[in-house]
Amino acid sequence: MTTLPLLSLLIWTPIIGAALVLFGAGERNNGSTAKWLALVTALVTLALCVPLYTGFDTTTAAMQFGEQSPWFTISGLNINYSLGVDGFSMPLILLTSFTTVIVVIAGWEVIENRVSQYMAAFLVMTGLMNGVFAALDAMLFYVFWEAMLVPMFLIIGIWGGPNRVYATIKFFLYTFFGSVFMLIALIYMAIQAKSFAILDLHQLPMSLSVQHWIFAAFLIAFAVKVPMFPVHTWLPDAHVEAPTGGSVVLAAIMLKMGTYGFVRFNLPIAPDASLAWADVMIALSLIAVVYIGLVALVQKDMKKLVAYSSIAHMGFVTLGFFIAFALLKSGNAMQATLGVQGALVQMISHGFISGAMFLCIGVLYDRVHSRQIGDYGGVANTMPKFAALMMLFTMANAGLPGTSGFVGEFMVILAAFSANFWYAILAATTLILGAAYSLWMYKRVVFGEVNNSHVAELEDINKREQLMLVILAIAVLALGLYPKMLTDLMEPTVQNLLHHIMQSKAGA
Amino acid sequence: MQDISFAPLAAELFVLGMTCLVMLVDLFAPGPQRRNSFWLSQIALFGALLITINLAPAPSALLYGGHFMLDSLGTVLKVGLYIVTAISLLYARAYIAERQFMRGEYYLLSLFAMLGAMVLITAHSLLTIYLGLELMSLSLYAMVAMQRDSKQAPEAAMKYFVMGALASGFLLFGMSLLYGVTGHIGISELASAPTEQGQLVMYRFALVFIIAGIAFKLGAVPFHMWIPDIYHGAPTSVTAFLGSAPKIAAFAMIMRLLTEALPSLHEDWMAMLAALAIASMAIGNIGAIAQSNLKRLLAYSAIAHMGYFLIGISSGTSEGYAASMFYILVYALMTLGGFGMILFLSRAGFESDNLSDLKGLWQRSPWYALLMMLVMMSMAGIPPFIGFWPKLQVFMAAVHAGQTWLALTGAVFSLIGCYYYLKVVKVMFFDQADDKSPITASTALRVAISANGLAMLVLGLFPGTILAYCLKAFAG
Repeated sequence: MTTLPLLSLLIWTPIIGAALVLFGAGERNNGSTAKWLALVTALVTLALCVPLYTGFDTTTAAMQFGEQSPWFTISGLNINYSLGVDGFSMPLILLTSFTTVIVVIAGWEVIENRVSQYMAAFLVMTGLMNGVFAALDAMLFYVFWEAMLVPMFLIIGIWGGPNRVYATIKFFLYTFFGSVFMLIALIYMAIQAKSFAILDLHQLPMSLSVQHWIFAAFLIAFAVKVPMFPVHTWLPDAHVEAPTGGSVVLAAIMLKMGTYGFVRFNLPIAPDASLAWADVMIALSLIAVVYIGLVALVQKDMKKLVAYSSIAHMGFVTLGFFIAFALLKSGNAMQATLGVQGALVQMISHGFISGAMFLCIGVLYDRVHSRQIGDYGGVANTMPKFAALMMLFTMANAGLPGTSGFVGEFMVILAAFSANFWYAILAATTLILGAAYSLWMYKRVVFGEVNNSHVAELEDINKREQLMLVILAIAVLALGLYPKMLTDLMEPTVQNLLHHIMQSKAGA
Repeated sequence: MQDISFAPLAAELFVLGMTCLVMLVDLFAPGPQRRNSFWLSQIALFGALLITINLAPAPSALLYGGHFMLDSLGTVLKVGLYIVTAISLLYARAYIAERQFMRGEYYLLSLFAMLGAMVLITAHSLLTIYLGLELMSLSLYAMVAMQRDSKQAPEAAMKYFVMGALASGFLLFGMSLLYGVTGHIGISELASAPTEQGQLVMYRFALVFIIAGIAFKLGAVPFHMWIPDIYHGAPTSVTAFLGSAPKIAAFAMIMRLLTEALPSLHEDWMAMLAALAIASMAIGNIGAIAQSNLKRLLAYSAIAHMGYFLIGISSGTSEGYAASMFYILVYALMTLGGFGMILFLSRAGFESDNLSDLKGLWQRSPWYALLMMLVMMSMAGIPPFIGFWPKLQVFMAAVHAGQTWLALTGAVFSLIGCYYYLKVVKVMFFDQADDKSPITASTALRVAISANGLAMLVLGLFPGTILAYCLKAFAG
């Protein structure tokens, strides 16, 4: 295979690109040099994903594209710069690199002041997020995980809306709060396992009571990030205040880091505790799906509505993971696979759909400077192309078959049926609730009479906006029509995970 | 009678000689410029650095009747001390020139304070420890008082002097009790002195006083009251020095007095230090939230940092000591960066030490706002900045020693601490500037502050070297 350090390139290309944008291009030519440089960097990063995808061996669950070099030693434990991807992380790296290109295009004309710094912040984020997904060393993972808060903090705080300071500090402290417990758990386990390598931690035998503590520590960290009910309150605030690009990254990728944490840490490291906690987790997930779905229904602000719908959709992901435990207990491995895979598909699909929804809202906001649903009406009359594209994303958000939104939810609901009839019924309400809030919002914004002069003066989306929305539309449809291209990537890794978690570690 | 070689003392003697030279040159220097003093001081530091590295011992040697210890712990700490002092003088140069300080005396006192710290670091008997401590403290008292036309500085100096004298008194009382029990003043003799059951009470009594003295000097709760007032009242360049170099020396003092002299009492002092650590983290972090003055904020943050620092020592393992050493060196560098930035923003007649003075710094001088952010994030312990790694190691040492609860407490308090560091970043980045003119300063200062700020990131990416030295200092 290739001898290039592909994963390192995926991490460092955007970061070095960011430095070039910031110090090389600066604000010259009103930032247009910076924009082009940022776009080139984002495209190069995306291009680097091509060999990653084509060279990925879909027959094995082993870590691929591995890189390892010693970083330094702390208390006799080696911290390594070790990278590698499996079927869980590889698709997320693709998603991250893909989203960056969209974000750069989305910010092209919208961001007027300090363009170079805006672009640089997003490129740094990209590198760090790729690092989170590629890290195989727990401490390296933690470094990337935490470092990523800093650019996001600045993005919301500098380019955000009127209430940005409150939102950004809340965002930072909530996520930092979670991470602190993760750090102590990591230290504890590393000392037990005498290694910081995540794969070594997977093998570490632990008694059930220790597992409970470890599980709880990780749960706090990841539940905040996902976000799960009841620690979700930072997300609507952060979304509402963030600039469009920030919302896209937040919804499309950062939330996935939380659920990624579950499959990378909670499930394999504390399988017995995961089993014990499964009912609680399923309950919380169902609350997210039903209750937050209802909350979304009453929102007057479009961004808030989509933010709450994100929480509901992420509830499906956690539901999928923990349904698997209930199924494994009854020996139903087939359906367990379905649940986990559905959750993973949902992760990727939600990345596309929520990103697209926030971009659509951004398009409207740039023209009218309002996100209130009540300020719109009859947009279809003045912006037909936009209305058509947004319809697709709204439908996908509601889980229309043929779009990616359907696939993940369907798989999870199917798995839920084999576990417990009531789980499935409750989960399936999302099809009603999702359709209700998505379509109702769409109806109020896009259809009907042109109800004010602002809407009457709207111009349809330009080439740039068309480009980014069409790319996303293709992604949503492609994944919806042919999910096999994603599930095949994950198959061996999912099997390996299920095989791993079926064995109790507590007795050892 | 064997010949006494002065070679192991070369660094101390060199600094002493150079200090005298600075004094003479300053006496005869014409006019108000006296820039030679600055360069001579820097040469003194650089020379001392070379000598110390050349003398680096393997194995350690106990010299001069057991009063002087040449070991790798001392070497690493001294190197840290030189670097910190050199940076602080560099920051101070423009500041004291603008404020009509007595320049020659400023350098002189800095060097004397550092000499005291050097003696303290290598001291291996109660007598030399006390000598070093007092030389350092007396010079610092004078430095705090140097800005004579300021209202706050003399008051701060007075408070500092009274508090410092009280602390010295405590320490001396504890030391005299130790001498009374054992009849020894050498650290090695104290360590090997037999403890009889009946004397244990006396030992503990001495220990309480010694720890109180040390806690005073460090500024650990409940002996922290003076820190905010003195950090605030002292001229900023003095605060920068006061906040960094003496902490390094204080670390050496703890090591000598507790771990080397009283290993048999380790259960007692471990518990005391753990209590001090928790109290310091709590009071420091919570107190800092309410501050609107940046110097006071950094003062409370210093109290909090002493808490994390003490976690490492209270673990009672060499891993923990190395962690604390790493912590104190990194802390000195971070605190210099923080106060250096205040110095950098200040102009003659205007102390830029309110949080609101930082408003919109990002619009005025984006580069320096970024640097200040690096310092703040590093203090908050966010990776990949350097401040994260010593925290990690301190927590690891605690977990290793079976004190997971202590690590967890520290972690929770670092979350609270995060809030006020973020507040500083918020003021710089998200608020509108009243005055949009860019900051001007001399090239040397700009380079220094940039190097100090960037070090937070660069050292954070490659923390291995410092850490390796710290571990080596306790290896053998």
